Amino acid sequence: MIFLQVIAGGLLIGAVYALFSAGLTLVWGMMNVINFAHGEFVMLGMYVAFWAYTLMHAGPAGFSALAAVLLFMLGVFVYLLLIRHVMRGPMLAQILSTFGLLLFLRYAAYWAFSANFVTLPEGLFGPSLNVGGILLSAPKLVGGVVALLLTLGIHLLLTRTAVGSQILAVAEDRQAAMLMGIRPDRMQALAWGLAGASAGIAGALIATFFPISPTVGESLALIAFVVVTLGGFGSVPGAMLAGLIVGLIESLSAYYFGPVYQDVFVYGLFVLILWVRPHGLLGKA
Amino acid sequence: MKKLMLIAGAVTMGLGLACGATAADTVKIGVIMPLSGNSGNAGKSAVAALEIAAQIINEAHPEMKNLPLAAGAGLPNLGGAKIELVVADHQGNPSEGQNQTLRLITQEHVVAMLGSYHSNVSFTATAIAERYGIPFIIGDSVAANITGRGFQWVFRTTPIASDFANNYMEFLSDLKKEGHPVGNIAVVFENTDYGTSVAGTVREAAKAHGLNIVADITYNANGADVSPQVIQLKEKKPDAIIFISYTSDAILYMKTMKNLDYLPRVVIGDDSGFSDPAFITAVGDIAQGSINRSAWDVGPKGSTTYLINEMYTKKTGHGLDDTSGRNMQALFVLAEAINRAGSTKPEAIQKALRETDLKPAQLMMGYKGVKFDQTGQNTLAATYLIQLFGKDYIAVWPPAKAQHKLAYPFKGWK
Repeated sequence: MIFLQVIAGGLLIGAVYALFSAGLTLVWGMMNVINFAHGEFVMLGMYVAFWAYTLMHAGPAGFSALAAVLLFMLGVFVYLLLIRHVMRGPMLAQILSTFGLLLFLRYAAYWAFSANFVTLPEGLFGPSLNVGGILLSAPKLVGGVVALLLTLGIHLLLTRTAVGSQILAVAEDRQAAMLMGIRPDRMQALAWGLAGASAGIAGALIATFFPISPTVGESLALIAFVVVTLGGFGSVPGAMLAGLIVGLIESLSAYYFGPVYQDVFVYGLFVLILWVRPHGLLGKA
Repeated sequence: MKKLMLIAGAVTMGLGLACGATAADTVKIGVIMPLSGNSGNAGKSAVAALEIAAQIINEAHPEMKNLPLAAGAGLPNLGGAKIELVVADHQGNPSEGQNQTLRLITQEHVVAMLGSYHSNVSFTATAIAERYGIPFIIGDSVAANITGRGFQWVFRTTPIASDFANNYMEFLSDLKKEGHPVGNIAVVFENTDYGTSVAGTVREAAKAHGLNIVADITYNANGADVSPQVIQLKEKKPDAIIFISYTSDAILYMKTMKNLDYLPRVVIGDDSGFSDPAFITAVGDIAQGSINRSAWDVGPKGSTTYLINEMYTKKTGHGLDDTSGRNMQALFVLAEAINRAGSTKPEAIQKALRETDLKPAQLMMGYKGVKFDQTGQNTLAATYLIQLFGKDYIAVWPPAKAQHKLAYPFKGWK
C-alpha cells in the first residue's frame, strides 16, 4: 500500500512536470530556440491566478483561462519584439536574449510583487481523492489530467490541422514554407503564443498547491529541461512520458534512499538514456 | 580648492570640538547593523529597538522598575551619564563590518560595541574589537563559532542552537511527565548550513535526553515535492517532529500532510519558515497548534514587556520581534555592566561583564538569566516555546511564562 502511495505521488508530480514542460518543448521543437525564460512565464501564470482570485474571486477554470489568454499575448509579444530579431543573429545571441528575458521578468516580478511568498487558499479543488486507500492530491490530479489533455490537444493541432502543418513546415524549412505561401512570422508568433498559453495554464494550476514567489521558476525550470531533453527535442508526447518517468524516479529514490539523493538517480538515468538514445525517448533522429 | 580644504578643515575641527564637549556626559556605544541590502529591514528594526532601549535607560521610567537602570535617568554610578548610540551600516558584508568597527573604535572612541545580526559579520568584527581591547556584545548572531576562539572581549547574550535544542528536549520531557508519548522523534531538515547544523545539535540534545530519533530526513528546500518524506513520516509514526525548514518548504509540508491525511501529535518548527508571516497566511488554518520558538513575548497588559512593545510600536508602526528584542536585551546587559563598573575604561567594563549575574525578573527576554562563561557565551540563555492559535503565536512553555495552555495534540486542520 505504501509502495502504491509512493508510486501515485511520483506519477502526480510527474504529470505536473509534464504540464510545466509542454510549452518549453513546443518552442524548442518548432523553432530550435531554447526559451530560458519559460519558468518565468509559468511564474507569471501563477501570479495571474493569484491576482484573479484575490481581486475578482475567479475560480480555477476562470483564472486558468485568463492566464492562458494573457500569457498567449505575452508569448506573441516576446516573439515579435525580441525573438524575431535575434533569430537573425548568431546562436549565442538567441540563447543570451532569452536568458536576459528570464532575468528581466524575474526582477520585474520582484519589483512588482516583492520577494514574499503568496499562496492561493488550500483546497480549491476539494479534499484528496481516496482510491482504495491511496490518497491522491486533488490539485495535482487536476494538473495531471489537464497536462494530458493539453499534450493531446497540441499533438492533434500539430498533426491533424492545416495550421499545425504550417507551423511544422516553417520549423522544417523556413524558405520552402515561404515559397508555399506560408507566412513564417505569423506561424512562429502562433507557436510562441501557444507555448505561452500552456505555460500560463501550467502556472495557474501549479499555483493551487505550490507557494508563489518570483524565484519559483528556479525550482521547476531545471527539471523541465531534463524532461524536454529526455522526452526528445520538440516531442510533446515525449515530454509527457519523460515527466512521468522523472516524477516516478524522484519519488521512489526519495522514499528509499532519501530526498537528497533523488537527483543522483534522476540525472544518472538522464545520462544513461541519452547515451543509448541521444535524441531522447520519442525524439526524431 | 585651497579654500574648500580650509572650510573642510574648519568643519572637521568644529565637529571634533563638539564631540569633545559631549564626551564627558555621554557613554558612546558603537552599533553595527545591516541598514541596507537584503537584511536592511531587520537591521533597521533592531536599531529602532536599541534606540528605545537607550531612551528607557536615559529617561526615568519608574513603571519598568524591574529592569536595571530603567527607573532612574542615565547611569547613576557615572553621574547620570547618558547612553549615546553611534550607528553604522555594515551592509551585510563581513569586511565592511570590520571597517566600521575599526572606525567606531579609533575615530568615534566608542567604549563598547554591539552588533551585528549576520553571524559572519559578527565573526570578523569581533576580531577587530579583540585587537583593540574593546568589549563587543552580541545580541542576536547565533553561529556557534563566534565564541570559543579564546577571545577575551566577546560577550554573547542570545541563546544559540544548542540552547534551542535543549529547550525542545526539556519541553518534550515535560510532555512525557504529563503522560504523553515522546520517546520517538523525527528530525526533518533542509540540507544547507542552517538545517544541517541545527539538526546536528538537535541530535546531540536528543541523545542526552534519552530520546530516540526514528526518522532523520534531510531534503532540498527548493524541491517541488515533499510527498515521499511525508509518507516516510506517516510510516515511522514519530511522537514528535522537529522541522528545520525555510518558508516554501514549510508551507509544502503542511499542505502535503493534509493531502496525505497525516496528523502527527507534536509539530515543532525551528523559527525561520514557521515564523515567516507568509507561513501563517498560507497554511495557518491547517497548521493549528504548530510549536515554534521565540525568546520574546509581549506578556500581559501593563507588564514591562507590554510597555516596551507599546513604545516600540508607537515609534515604528509594528510590534517588536524576537531578533530586535534580543538586541535590546544585549544593550540593557551592557549598560548595566558599564554602570556597575562605574567607569568607561574598557578593562573595567570587561571585568563587570564577566561578573554579570542577572536574574530572569531583571530581563525583558525569556532567558533564565545572564551569566557569561569563559568563552563569553551566556550560560543561562533560553527561549520560550510559542504555539499557533488562530493567526497568532502565543507563549505556552515554560509553564511559568505561559500565556495560554498548551494544546495537545497538534490540531492541524481538524
